[in-house]
Amino acid sequence: MNFEYSDEQRLLSDTLRKFLGTGYSFDARGKIIASPAGFSDDVWAALAEMGILSVPFDAVYGGFGGMTIDMLIVFEAFGEALVVEPYLATVGLGGRFVARGGSAEQRARILPALIQGKHKMAFAQTEVDARWDLRRVTTRATKSGDGWVLEGDKRAVLHGGSADTLVVSARTGGAPDDARGISLFLVERTAPGVAVTDYRGLDNLRVADVRLSGVRAGRDALLGPEGDGFGLIEDVVDYATTLVCGEAVGAIKYAHDATLDYLKTRRQFGVPIGSFQALQHRMVDILISYEQARSIACLACVKIDTADAAERRRVVSAAKIKIADAARHVSQEAVQLHGGMGMTEELKISHTFRRLTMIAQAFGDADHHLARFGAAS
Amino acid sequence: MDLNYSPEETAFRDEVHAWIEANLPSDLRDKVLSYGELTKDELLGWHKTLAKKGWIAPHWPREWGGTDWTVVQRYIFEEECGAAGCPPIVPFGVRMCAPVLLRFGTDAQKQRFLPRIYNGDDFWVQGYSEPGAGSDLASLKTRAVRDGDHYVVTGQKIWTTLGHYGDWIFCLVRTDPKTEKRQDGISFLLVDMKSPGITVRPIVLLDQSREVNEVFFDDVAVPAENLVHEENKGWTVAKFLLGYERMGTGNIAVCKRELARVKELAARAGLLDDPRFTDRLTRVEVELMALEITNLRFLDQLRGGRPPGAEVSLLKIKGTEIQQALTELMMQTAGPLAPIFRPVAPDAPFDAFTATLFPRYCNVRKATIYAGSNEIQRNIIAKATLGL
Repeated sequence: MNFEYSDEQRLLSDTLRKFLGTGYSFDARGKIIASPAGFSDDVWAALAEMGILSVPFDAVYGGFGGMTIDMLIVFEAFGEALVVEPYLATVGLGGRFVARGGSAEQRARILPALIQGKHKMAFAQTEVDARWDLRRVTTRATKSGDGWVLEGDKRAVLHGGSADTLVVSARTGGAPDDARGISLFLVERTAPGVAVTDYRGLDNLRVADVRLSGVRAGRDALLGPEGDGFGLIEDVVDYATTLVCGEAVGAIKYAHDATLDYLKTRRQFGVPIGSFQALQHRMVDILISYEQARSIACLACVKIDTADAAERRRVVSAAKIKIADAARHVSQEAVQLHGGMGMTEELKISHTFRRLTMIAQAFGDADHHLARFGAAS
Repeated sequence: MDLNYSPEETAFRDEVHAWIEANLPSDLRDKVLSYGELTKDELLGWHKTLAKKGWIAPHWPREWGGTDWTVVQRYIFEEECGAAGCPPIVPFGVRMCAPVLLRFGTDAQKQRFLPRIYNGDDFWVQGYSEPGAGSDLASLKTRAVRDGDHYVVTGQKIWTTLGHYGDWIFCLVRTDPKTEKRQDGISFLLVDMKSPGITVRPIVLLDQSREVNEVFFDDVAVPAENLVHEENKGWTVAKFLLGYERMGTGNIAVCKRELARVKELAARAGLLDDPRFTDRLTRVEVELMALEITNLRFLDQLRGGRPPGAEVSLLKIKGTEIQQALTELMMQTAGPLAPIFRPVAPDAPFDAFTATLFPRYCNVRKATIYAGSNEIQRNIIAKATLGL
């Protein structure tokens, strides 16, 4: 048993944090989110250059061959800096789908380009009435000649607007809520019949609605076995859930540090407001939430790499419950303790508040994971 | 980062497990698991069993009987003891008085007391709180006046846990009432409870148990050689002990055992189908899963030679909150049978275990109050870790 980071992991953390410290200030980020694309190609190229895009992938494709704990290092740093680039969508979702379920040909075609920063991805799954149920897929893939034709509507696809390739879940069999009968397809965003409507999220990440009408998918577009994609979807979504837990830990750390700093510098009644016990105890509770959130995120990262599917579901849901609760607690308290300033767009804390609020219900809110944990226990 | 045990650690766990299996009397275990009140002999008996094996004081220096275990081994040992239902090791001797003697005691004091503490020859208790000195411990008033080769002690201690079992009591006493800072006039004194002038009176608690006491000192003569560290430097000792005490107050192993017990009781009561119940249960379980890792992270820092600061107080805060939440859920499983406490007719049929659940819920309210209330723990973190 050992909680220390290795030298290699420390180097990864230092390199990334140094880059974000200089190149991703709150002001710099402000310009990025105001740009038409909503993220920076230069930052993306720099992440590729530093090897950050390569972290979880096999060395065969030019990857770093990292464990999920290495991704925790990346996501904690991203959470602190509120990075808006499509990293989760490309590396955590799309790349993970290809690495875990793709054919040798698909992996060789996509992963090296992805690692070099030349190929972005997104996961088109959510449908209008699906809420958090991953089985709820009504988008249809109908056999046609050597391939399929896709019809359906996908909603709130994270970074769908900038993806080169979308991983689309579609039904090749079964009823709309069956686990069986779901297949996964690699669809180019610019393919005929794909209509993408891009939105800016209030947390400054981009999301898109994706309409598929008569989209042709060839044999080589099928990712994994036909009709049996659900297990892979759960596997990848659990992975991505763990990663946003890591991002939340970073954002909570920022909220903790910024709030503590505010308590020490803001003066009322002639003294720093941090001298008031009513506020001190609330600040301590923020610290406790941070430590507990970090612990459960570490546990999930370790279990993702080592546990069987049943234990993985249980631990990831446990992590998401704690992270959702901690994210809500800390984000709300941070705004409250910042007073009026916490309400302003001008301060980073309000941006952190919005991102934490979104993470609290990304890939299922606490209630969803409470039910899932119960079913897995 | 690696959360798995090494082969050596796994072998150690198996060894501890097998030893407990072979040496923990089953009636004693059953009494622990059904929240029975342990007698002095039962507590000291288990203490002596561990002492004979050489495992009663792992954290002491080797020359006095320590085991040189790594922090992970210590953790494994506590895990196994908790899971198996071993009686608690009463902390006042091995975990409180002894570390103080090892740090501040004279050679003569070490020679005299440490072997007896190790072997469980005496039952030690703690004399800190007074009616007017709870969270504000430094306001304590029990006086010790030097008279030749003795101190004469007069005053009162309160909330003395297991004071009615006590053979010896270590006390904070005021040796100088006139200092500008209240902390400066305090001394640390070891008192034989058989001394004339000591009266122990029980305080019945809200679960009607006898666990804590008032201890009265009426001109009690204490040999001056029982002073630990210098006169008027007792606060230094108290602070040392506080820091020493903080690690490992999370009670993770016992909480895990109790969690399993709640699930068992809830299953029997049909409550596991009720999401209102299971959602609350799951939130407690998740908090405990996180706390176990938090505890291990702090231990790992300790091992790495970077002892964590006052933030370890959060182990006490969270651990006791979890303990209380578990007893609350447990009492709920008793449902309409919760009021049945004790039969009036001695031969009446009676589910003795269910009857323990409400008193236990009542009893564990103490956890967020004792050993520095959770509010005091938050004050400590705010000041020492956050710099507020």
